[in-house]
Amino acid sequence: MQMKVTGRSALTGARSADRWRSAIWLKPVVFLLCLLPLIYNAAGVVQGTLGPNPVEAILHDFGLWSLRLLLVTLCVTPVQMIFRWGAVAKLRRMLGLFAFFYAMLHFTVWLVLDQQLSVSSALADIVEKKYITIGMMALVGLLVLAVTSNRWSVRRLGVRWKSLHRVIYPLAVLTIIHYLWQVRANDVLEPAAYLAVLLVLMLWRFFRLVK
Amino acid sequence: MIIKSAKKIKSSEITPEEVFLKRRELLQAAGLALGATTASMLPVNAVAASGEDPEGRKLDGVTAWPDSTTEKQTPWAQATSYNNFYELGTDKTDPQRNASRLVTEPWSVEINGECGKPGTYTLEDILKPHALEERVYRLRCVEAWSMVIPWVGFPLADLLKRFEPNGNARYVQFQTLHDPQRLPGQQYPVLQWPYVEGLRMDEAMHPLTLISVGMYGRVLPNQSGAPIRLVVPWKYGFKSIKSIVRITFTEEQPDTSWNLSAPREYGFYSNVNPQVSHPRWSQAKERRLDGDSKGLAALFAEKQETQLFNGYAEEVASLYADLDLKKNF
Repeated sequence: MQMKVTGRSALTGARSADRWRSAIWLKPVVFLLCLLPLIYNAAGVVQGTLGPNPVEAILHDFGLWSLRLLLVTLCVTPVQMIFRWGAVAKLRRMLGLFAFFYAMLHFTVWLVLDQQLSVSSALADIVEKKYITIGMMALVGLLVLAVTSNRWSVRRLGVRWKSLHRVIYPLAVLTIIHYLWQVRANDVLEPAAYLAVLLVLMLWRFFRLVK
Repeated sequence: MIIKSAKKIKSSEITPEEVFLKRRELLQAAGLALGATTASMLPVNAVAASGEDPEGRKLDGVTAWPDSTTEKQTPWAQATSYNNFYELGTDKTDPQRNASRLVTEPWSVEINGECGKPGTYTLEDILKPHALEERVYRLRCVEAWSMVIPWVGFPLADLLKRFEPNGNARYVQFQTLHDPQRLPGQQYPVLQWPYVEGLRMDEAMHPLTLISVGMYGRVLPNQSGAPIRLVVPWKYGFKSIKSIVRITFTEEQPDTSWNLSAPREYGFYSNVNPQVSHPRWSQAKERRLDGDSKGLAALFAEKQETQLFNGYAEEVASLYADLDLKKNF
């Protein structure tokens, strides 16, 4: 892709491919892309195009996008290494925060629109229904990672920061179990696909560690 | 009555105009589905939104059943675009999208088991003696949503009596068409195919239990279980089996698909009961899907309390007088 050279990258004299890879617009573009599921659902609600049960539709879609973005976040390091694309690392925190953002939307829709703010029934479900218990655990985990994702926490936690944020792998596992356990009949194709992606990512990590 | 007679085949070879009309509709539906697939990033329900009014062949001579509920009816477009019919796909919108795959002509129903008149009957033979009536029933899905549907049909009891069930007939089992070409969802082992359901004989003979061939005054759309289905209004929706090809009178309690899939979650009876939770969600409340609120308001529409036997307790509670409903869920 040949792009008109912009001031800063021209100074570095990098090859054109590197220029667009490290382009200043990469982050804003990905930011807008990450907002698309929200825009899609908001527009669908207003226009009434999400079917007879819009609460269920947005509940499921926000949950799905949280999981998808969690997996995309985990892809950042492999992509960075495999394609020697350093700039992509700048997206990691934003992608992770979007995964948390959609998890929060998913939870909020569940509490406010599905449970209709009945705290007693919500608490009962969290305690009694295993898949909801697991979903809550994943959400709390993501919350911890989100509030410690700023520069200050990185500095403050030092080496412990990295081990803390490796928790994202078990959280992704919990999220997929949360999804698998609410599947009806044997309709497991989609959650199984996400599980396969996660396994590949974990294996990649594992073999790099062993090497 | 038994179809093996050649006469019947001859008469059905004269393809009437309505079949041609239906084919055109089917092609149209296929075209729309194709469009929807290519535009799959767009909101999913564009197809349904295009057809607000009931479609399909109108049924004549339908009388109104006096005991219909007067609750607001679910709009036709919603009732036909939000379906659980795993044989046509597991997403709610799949059955409408894949509806044209289910060719329903010709259709026959096999009757067997503990009865005096077993055999294979054409749909025409099955329906001929029965006067059609419209009955508006509540439909409560096990997934905690509900609709109000104007079915067209006749009591199952009237049909079953014709086959002279004998003294051993304590249960009735029903089976859905098994044809992965016409029901492409059967290419995936989501459930054990073919789909089977069953009722105790007294449940089957209960005057509320309906054989339905239509809704909203028209023939059943394919995604709603054309051409012939069961409607048992006091049980969760999955008991009301669609696209029936076999009815068997049995002595033992028959297998039912969801019970085979998850015996802890779906019992043989599956009577609507707010006191008995599904292991994974509460059944105390339900979301009524009747198109009453739109847009943002639809998000905040309040759920309603689920009633024992879906509000038909007065009629059916006596069937279960001796039964522990928590054990026999």
